[in-house]
Amino acid sequence: MEVRVQEADFDVGVETRALSAGRTDIGAVSTFLGLVRGASDGVQCMTLEHYPGMTEQSLAEIVAEAKQRWSLLAVRVIHRVGPLQPGAQIVFVGVASAHRGEAIAACEFIMDFLKTRAPFWKKEQTPEGSRWVDARDTDDTAAARWLDVESRR
Amino acid sequence: MNLTILYFASLRESLGMAKEAVVLPADVGNVGALRTHLSARGETWQRLAPGHNVRAAVNQHMAADEQVLAAGDEVAFFPPVTGG
Repeated sequence: MEVRVQEADFDVGVETRALSAGRTDIGAVSTFLGLVRGASDGVQCMTLEHYPGMTEQSLAEIVAEAKQRWSLLAVRVIHRVGPLQPGAQIVFVGVASAHRGEAIAACEFIMDFLKTRAPFWKKEQTPEGSRWVDARDTDDTAAARWLDVESRR
Repeated sequence: MNLTILYFASLRESLGMAKEAVVLPADVGNVGALRTHLSARGETWQRLAPGHNVRAAVNQHMAADEQVLAAGDEVAFFPPVTGG
């Protein structure tokens, strides 16, 4: 499956190799791995809530948009939900293409839009209690700059 | 008009509700009107009023206030997303 939303952990090596398994047309695989930040922020545990149905659909739409912008040969997006400990893997994006430029750009594009469009919400447990993570303006800025990229083409 | 409304994350917690079925008056025809209608329920519902930082989706697609509603729609309200 191109897009997966799951509680279970995943193996980055397995997921990365699966992008090019049995193929010889792929010259580049770019991956992003997101982890739960912990100790320095005082976070003891994080819980990921999402909107089942819309989450999968929005991720599929982001992948489809990336495929329209770049010539991609394989894409895989995995996002975990439920309780996660600091240090845990939370999100994986893997993109395969013939040359590195497309794979690297598409990987960043998918992450930028995942951060601003996919319906996930983080709740952090700290020694002072639990708190919902606020959305960051820098994430909107990161996603918005792709609109400029489009207009320059 | 019958609708299902879902609430997520901090909004779900402050409203104390994850899902409800509503029957709307005839003059509530779009997302913006629904926000105004719901925010009239009381103080904890004020976050839904138009202009507040709460996003809406209709049938699992992000929706602006102008989006027209139809019977049977699944509407969701939630804070800005924070995944990744």
